[in-house]
Amino acid sequence: MWRFVGIRLLQAIPVILAVITVTFFLVRVAPGGPFDGEKAVVPEVKAALEAQYRLDLPLWQQYTAYLGDLAQGDLGPSFKYPGRSVNELIASGLPITAELGFYALLIAVLIGGLAGVIASLKPNTAQDYIPMSAAMIGICMPSFLLGPILLLVFGIYLEWLPVSGWGDLPGDKILPAITLGSTYAAYVARLSRAGMLEVLSQDYIRTARAKGLPEWQVVVRHALRGGMMPVVAFLGPAFAGVLSGSFVVETIFGIPGLGRFYVQAAFNRDYTMILGTTVFLSTLIVLFNLLSDILAAWMNPRLRQQFSKG
Amino acid sequence: MHSESALTELQQAEPGSSLWRDAWQRLRQNKLAVFGLCLLTLFIVIALLTPWIAPYDYASQNLDLGASPPSAAHWLGTDVFGRDLLTQIMYGGRVSLAVGFIATSVALLIGVTWGAIAGFVGGRVDAVMMRMVDILYALPFMIFIVLLMVVFGRNLLLLFLAIGAVEWLTMARIMRGQVQTLRQQEFVEAAVSIGLSPGTIIRRHLVPNALGPIIVYTTLTIPSVMLLEAFLSFLGLGIQPPQTSWGLLISYGAETMEEYPWLLLFPGLALTLTLFSLNFLGDGLRDALDVRSARD
Repeated sequence: MWRFVGIRLLQAIPVILAVITVTFFLVRVAPGGPFDGEKAVVPEVKAALEAQYRLDLPLWQQYTAYLGDLAQGDLGPSFKYPGRSVNELIASGLPITAELGFYALLIAVLIGGLAGVIASLKPNTAQDYIPMSAAMIGICMPSFLLGPILLLVFGIYLEWLPVSGWGDLPGDKILPAITLGSTYAAYVARLSRAGMLEVLSQDYIRTARAKGLPEWQVVVRHALRGGMMPVVAFLGPAFAGVLSGSFVVETIFGIPGLGRFYVQAAFNRDYTMILGTTVFLSTLIVLFNLLSDILAAWMNPRLRQQFSKG
Repeated sequence: MHSESALTELQQAEPGSSLWRDAWQRLRQNKLAVFGLCLLTLFIVIALLTPWIAPYDYASQNLDLGASPPSAAHWLGTDVFGRDLLTQIMYGGRVSLAVGFIATSVALLIGVTWGAIAGFVGGRVDAVMMRMVDILYALPFMIFIVLLMVVFGRNLLLLFLAIGAVEWLTMARIMRGQVQTLRQQEFVEAAVSIGLSPGTIIRRHLVPNALGPIIVYTTLTIPSVMLLEAFLSFLGLGIQPPQTSWGLLISYGAETMEEYPWLLLFPGLALTLTLFSLNFLGDGLRDALDVRSARD
């Protein structure tokens, strides 16, 4: 098992390095310098600014200096908000995005998992078709459409829930979390249904039933663990999806999280901010993929044995 | 192609025995898949004929009229500039569908070639090629596409390439798996023994035999590509005016939905129905062609 974790960790390092390198050079070759937008800047001021942001150095020195800063956890200054660093902006946005993402994934796993399990117990009956049709709607209804519709219905017509904000008014976290989580709930439902169907047809389930266990015990104690494997493996990609989904959801609901910062930085051409956030988010996603792979391997006794032997 | 005449003879002797005919029979029984196929065909025909059948001129504004709800003159209403929404949706559909099909073709071409070569050559070449796929898989692509759009400006060609470059990975994995199984079969051995070049074997023998999973996965890739385009356009990083797409129309609609909800609902309906059709068709094809695990 530790060997498996070690191998996967080693594989993650070149990926993260590749992300940093590609992002860095992409941002540097982007047309238009960060100070072009301003009124004619006095040459001395421009030189001072460029020295401050190290733009006067040759490219490869900028790169090695950036790597050095990163190694110390410094993601650099922001071009657009003088005096603020990318670290500060991330520190102010991350807790909000993390909370939103956590609720969304919770909704995805709980509601999606429950729907999938229920559907798998009586395949090809109404008990299967109804949740699975709902899941299909969830997959085909993108968050940037579902969000405004929910907002229109529950926020504006019915006036049940606040239309924007995060933590200012009671209940303002409900709509964003549902909007962000629904697509993943739909995928989880499909994955857990397929996983459960596969497991429920196996011999050890027949054995458990033959022992005379009540059906709920067969499902909860024996089938669930194996049946949920595809869902666990999906958590990594789902996390990445939730992070990029937060770009849209935070924009729709006016939430001051990381996703909105990223989109704003993209529009402002705030290159250091884009660079810093991309590196940060990418590293987070790579690590989460790693975690979900390890968790899936740990849950699978066959894989676990194979690696503890090796 | 003497095998072809043998095949036709067989079909005549026993009608409905070919894989494709069986698959078609099974697909026809799946009502949702048939519904998806019909609706999709309709949308594609409309998109192709739009310049001739659109009720209004694409760019013509009617500022006096402004935003109006659906009426006899404007079936789906008009936007704030008095432009006919149905016309906008028809032109937007051309772009959305084109992105879906073209970017998927890019992915198809790269993925099938890559996977076929890796699977057929095997050994160290295979290991290196699939390692590259693994590494690319771990990259957070959504973020990269946003970055690309920011750095190089928002142009349609780049959008095709960027989306296509993301989606080929799964295709390569599926193709490689197929080729690895096929490679061991006698007809491939026979092809090798009569001295056909690897390129010919891949083109003439491997790809046609792996068509089932490729078709299924292609059908399921198109909706995810269309979603990606709409997502970017919604953020303002995709299609730019004066061009339009369903994602962009939804984005405009969301801005004014309190006063003019139809501007959000109709483009949303068009996108959702198309995604539904493609997903139902893809699921139906998977069952009909009996393809397992085309999604992973």
